[in-house]
Amino acid sequence: MTHRVRVFSLAATLVLLVFGAAGLHAGDTEDEIQRYREMINDPMANPAFLNVDRGEALWKLARGEKNVSLETCDLGKGPGILDGAYAELPRYFADSDSVMDLEQRLLWCMTTIQALDTKEIVARKFSTPGTTSDMEDLVAYIANKSSGMTFHIPLDDVQEQNAYAVGEELFYRRGSLLDFSCATCHSADSARIRTTQLPNLTKPGKDATETMGSWPTYRVSQSQMRTMQNRLWDCYRQMRMPPPEYGSAGLTALMIYLAKQADGGTLNVPSIKR
Amino acid sequence: MSPQSSANRGSPMRTLTLCAALFIAGAMNAVAHDTGEHHDEGAQRSGAGDPSITEPYVQEMWRNAEATWKVRLKQDETQASCSRFRNAPPDDVAEKILAREASTVVLPKDGQVLGKWQDGEKVAQSGRGGQFSDNADTVNGGNCYACHQMAKSELSFGTLGPSLSEYGKLRNFSAEAARDTFAKIYNPQATVACSNMPRFGAHAFLTEQQIKDVVAYLFDPDSPVNK
Ligand code: HEC
Ligand code: HEC
Repeated sequence: MTHRVRVFSLAATLVLLVFGAAGLHAGDTEDEIQRYREMINDPMANPAFLNVDRGEALWKLARGEKNVSLETCDLGKGPGILDGAYAELPRYFADSDSVMDLEQRLLWCMTTIQALDTKEIVARKFSTPGTTSDMEDLVAYIANKSSGMTFHIPLDDVQEQNAYAVGEELFYRRGSLLDFSCATCHSADSARIRTTQLPNLTKPGKDATETMGSWPTYRVSQSQMRTMQNRLWDCYRQMRMPPPEYGSAGLTALMIYLAKQADGGTLNVPSIKR
Repeated sequence: MSPQSSANRGSPMRTLTLCAALFIAGAMNAVAHDTGEHHDEGAQRSGAGDPSITEPYVQEMWRNAEATWKVRLKQDETQASCSRFRNAPPDDVAEKILAREASTVVLPKDGQVLGKWQDGEKVAQSGRGGQFSDNADTVNGGNCYACHQMAKSELSFGTLGPSLSEYGKLRNFSAEAARDTFAKIYNPQATVACSNMPRFGAHAFLTEQQIKDVVAYLFDPDSPVNK
């Protein structure tokens, strides 16, 4: 628990910086955004490191019917190996015979290794001002173990290739009351919604690597650390779709499609953003 | 064709993965139909996407959605075609979309397409409505500013659509242009197949009165859009 002291005053500074920027013209806003992107690199300035600390404790906590910790959970690189694991997810797991992202995999390990009832944990999948989320905390801790590393998504398993194909189709799937698909908002270079820059996620390159390399992230506008599951849930909200099921195969398919576009990009997580 | 069309349709990844997709879909205990069973246009064209592989996943992703929300999982024919062709439909498909969508447009019975621009401005500014986070009594907005420049005084505007600054002025405030614009907002795909703009009237997302008000926002000489 090393980071706590300095986090809070700097969080306040960030709130001012970010919301102060909201009313400015697009060009100025980008300068501000650049400034706080630089602050991300200072772990002392990022409240998500509280999640990292809590996540570490949860990883080592014995619980569930079997009263054991998650430390033997295999995230793809062997039981208990965390370094670099997040940079290779989602991936195929032979034991579950399916492609899983980190959050699905953690639920799987909780169920199979700890015999933990995950209902209550899933109910807290997204933190609120009054409740923490074990999932967000664990993701912060585990993703941080890949910070500085590069995405490696070789798609060398046929199920991974399948998930990618499904993810790509889902990305272009239009529907609901406003006819949106992900591509509506994320298939043009340097397009904006209002003053918000939208990443083009249909191809490899800077947009994809900067986007995927920055999740999980502390979202200043929500005062919470958020994972990719939450980001996609939020985008489906904008698409006027019902809330997608946490940890569903469709979300994992989208994630492997997005992660593949970011292949070779560097992770810098947990980051901090708007 | 929509300016945001395109996408990596011919990428080698696709060829590789689609075969895999058909093979694997069975593994999640759901059926991925062979292309012969599609109802929507252009099902068997090569180079097009295959949205049917997504449907078992869509059902799984929203398996616990409430019945009143589940209706939104079903695509209409136009959405299915635009998904399949990634918003760049071949000409014959585009023609079918245009004809089908044009047939949905309902112009106001009284022939009056101009409402109150002040109310139209609210419609253009509001991005609310239709989201699972909204209250049932939320008034839907058109969120035009998410995608369009309109009044030059509003600096917070998006760029997914073309600028609409001085829209009426540039069209000499013509009654015919205003009528066309009512139809455009009612159903943009009546003139641009697979447009990225929502079909506000056809989906009954905006009311006739709201569309009239937005048309006034674009066409009233006193509206800030024309200043
Ligand atoms: C109606 C517009 C819209 C749609 C449709 C949409 N998004 Fe987004 N998306 C946004 C906005 C706005 C942001 C926030 C960007 C920001 O705050 O920097 C965003 C952010 C994201 C991010 C994180 C970007 C970053 O740099 O942190 C990802 C990833 C993403 N969207 C993926 C998707 C996917 C996948 C879909 C479809 C399931 C989708 N989006 C649909 C508007 C949309
Ligand atoms: C999600 C993005 C989006 C939203 C929201 C949106 N539009 Fe559009 N709009 C577009 C795009 C893209 C085009 C260009 C393609 C076309 O003509 O259909 C367009 C075109 C138009 C045009 C035709 C411009 C011309 O070429 O003369 C008008 C008028 C228009 N929009 C008005 C509106 C109004 C009014 C609203 C709100 C009620 C609105 N739009 C909301 C994306 C959007």
